[in-house]
Amino acid sequence: MKYEILKLLAKNARYSAEEMATMLGIEENEVKENIKVLEKDGLIRGYKTVVDWEKLDSAYVSAIIEIKVVPKAGLGFEEVAEKIMKYSEVESVYLMSGVYDLNVVVKGKTLQDIARFVAKELSTIDTVTSTTTHFVLRRYKEMDVELISENQDDRGQFWL
Amino acid sequence: MIDYSKVLSPKVTAIAPSGIRKFFDIAATMDDVISLGVGEPDFQTPWQIRKAGINSLEKGKTKYTSNWGIGELREEISHYLLRKYNIEYNPDNEILVSVGGSEAIDACIRAVVSVGDEVIIPQPSFVCYEPITRLAGGTPVIIETKAENDFKLTPQQLKAAITDKTKVLVLPYPCNPTGAIMEKQDLEAIAEVLRDTNIIVLSDEIYSELTFGLKHTSFASINGMWERTVTVNGFSKSFSMTGWRLGFACGPKAIIEQITKIHQFAIMCAPTTSQYAAIEALKNCDEEVERMVKEYDMRRRLMVSGFNKIGLECREPKGAFYAFPSIKSTGMTSEEFCEKLLYSKKVAVVPGTAFGDSGEGFIRASYCYSTEHIKEAINRIGEFLNDK
Repeated sequence: MKYEILKLLAKNARYSAEEMATMLGIEENEVKENIKVLEKDGLIRGYKTVVDWEKLDSAYVSAIIEIKVVPKAGLGFEEVAEKIMKYSEVESVYLMSGVYDLNVVVKGKTLQDIARFVAKELSTIDTVTSTTTHFVLRRYKEMDVELISENQDDRGQFWL
Repeated sequence: MIDYSKVLSPKVTAIAPSGIRKFFDIAATMDDVISLGVGEPDFQTPWQIRKAGINSLEKGKTKYTSNWGIGELREEISHYLLRKYNIEYNPDNEILVSVGGSEAIDACIRAVVSVGDEVIIPQPSFVCYEPITRLAGGTPVIIETKAENDFKLTPQQLKAAITDKTKVLVLPYPCNPTGAIMEKQDLEAIAEVLRDTNIIVLSDEIYSELTFGLKHTSFASINGMWERTVTVNGFSKSFSMTGWRLGFACGPKAIIEQITKIHQFAIMCAPTTSQYAAIEALKNCDEEVERMVKEYDMRRRLMVSGFNKIGLECREPKGAFYAFPSIKSTGMTSEEFCEKLLYSKKVAVVPGTAFGDSGEGFIRASYCYSTEHIKEAINRIGEFLNDK
């Protein structure tokens, strides 16, 4: 049942415990208990909103930065990854397979902000050997949510 | 000047246009209407099925197929019906691929019914059986199923409706609009009534994949019923393929051969692209279907609980994708309810009377919508009840 609850919340974090209980055919209390446990155990890490920032004048820019690093003996990539993730500019950090090591998503108000952050902060970390910055031009889909679709229901509305 | 009333077939002109058409037309012109009116899935056809259709086009599969449908598809239908519902049909001469379940229903009734024959139709049910029967020269005999029987057809009702003119019994389960299903023991009781008769059963099982809690039982799988049953099914509801227009009719060779003659002269063959796509649907899409059924089930619970909470008694529909709550507590007729609801809260639902007179006192609400949409619609219906 935990998995079912997680799947519902991952789709829509605003479902109430009562609604989820109805949909899953269980008691409301069971949903609440499960969520408590999921939060306590750290399976649920937070609840956020999917925002289409481009609709706002003060939209931000973001970039995906590929980073190559020299792993430290005994510490692997952990040390540098943990250092990078502490920056408030950094949205996500992933260790990657393939030609580079860390994939870092960075956001800032302007291109210059990000350029400055990469030059001054990321590149200067001593184990970082190179960075490649890709600016995001347009978001089509974010966290499973389509940002550009009109969601027009074109079905015949009274087909019996 | 042609007097059209003299040239048109009285058989056709006598068929009344749907009385609620006007109401639907009004709804279609209004802005911001939130509808629970549709009768088709909101899911896209699973991508791999669409891809199979595209691939067939890329390979240039753009010609007629056999009248019966592509051999490989008929074989897959045969496997599918055996695997899912434990009924056996020979793909060579007991399966016909049709243009949706609708064409199969039409051709089946035309193949069996002669002038004066009676066709027993349980209602509330899908709207096509009655006019098709009339076009074939038959006489529809309506059985009104009851809410207290969960809208099942009872053997007593059936027995009372049978005359020496009875030719066909239509079994529309799982049922649009009531959501009723017939369980194995229900069907066995019906089978007992039919056993020593010559009545042919048209079992419209188009919603067979969409049952909740219980697996669907095919009427042809009931002991002794295979020989008198034409099983109609299709891809529209189970695989979200309404626009592909693909279904099938299965039954004894002697009947299917005659149905195929009608199909051959009226239609030639079902759409080729759709047939190739359907092969993929039957081969590799069990998981997709399961995912959709799970999603429908959650919406179903949400909707049924929602109606009951706002004070509209709603029994649990066990199949299809409709809730059929009673609006009798409001004192309004179904059409009155729907019209007032549309004008005051801009919510569109279908009056139960669209599915036969016995639908009076009920409305049909489809849950082929997102949970957010369903919640909003039910909220508005709740406000509507409070405003009264």
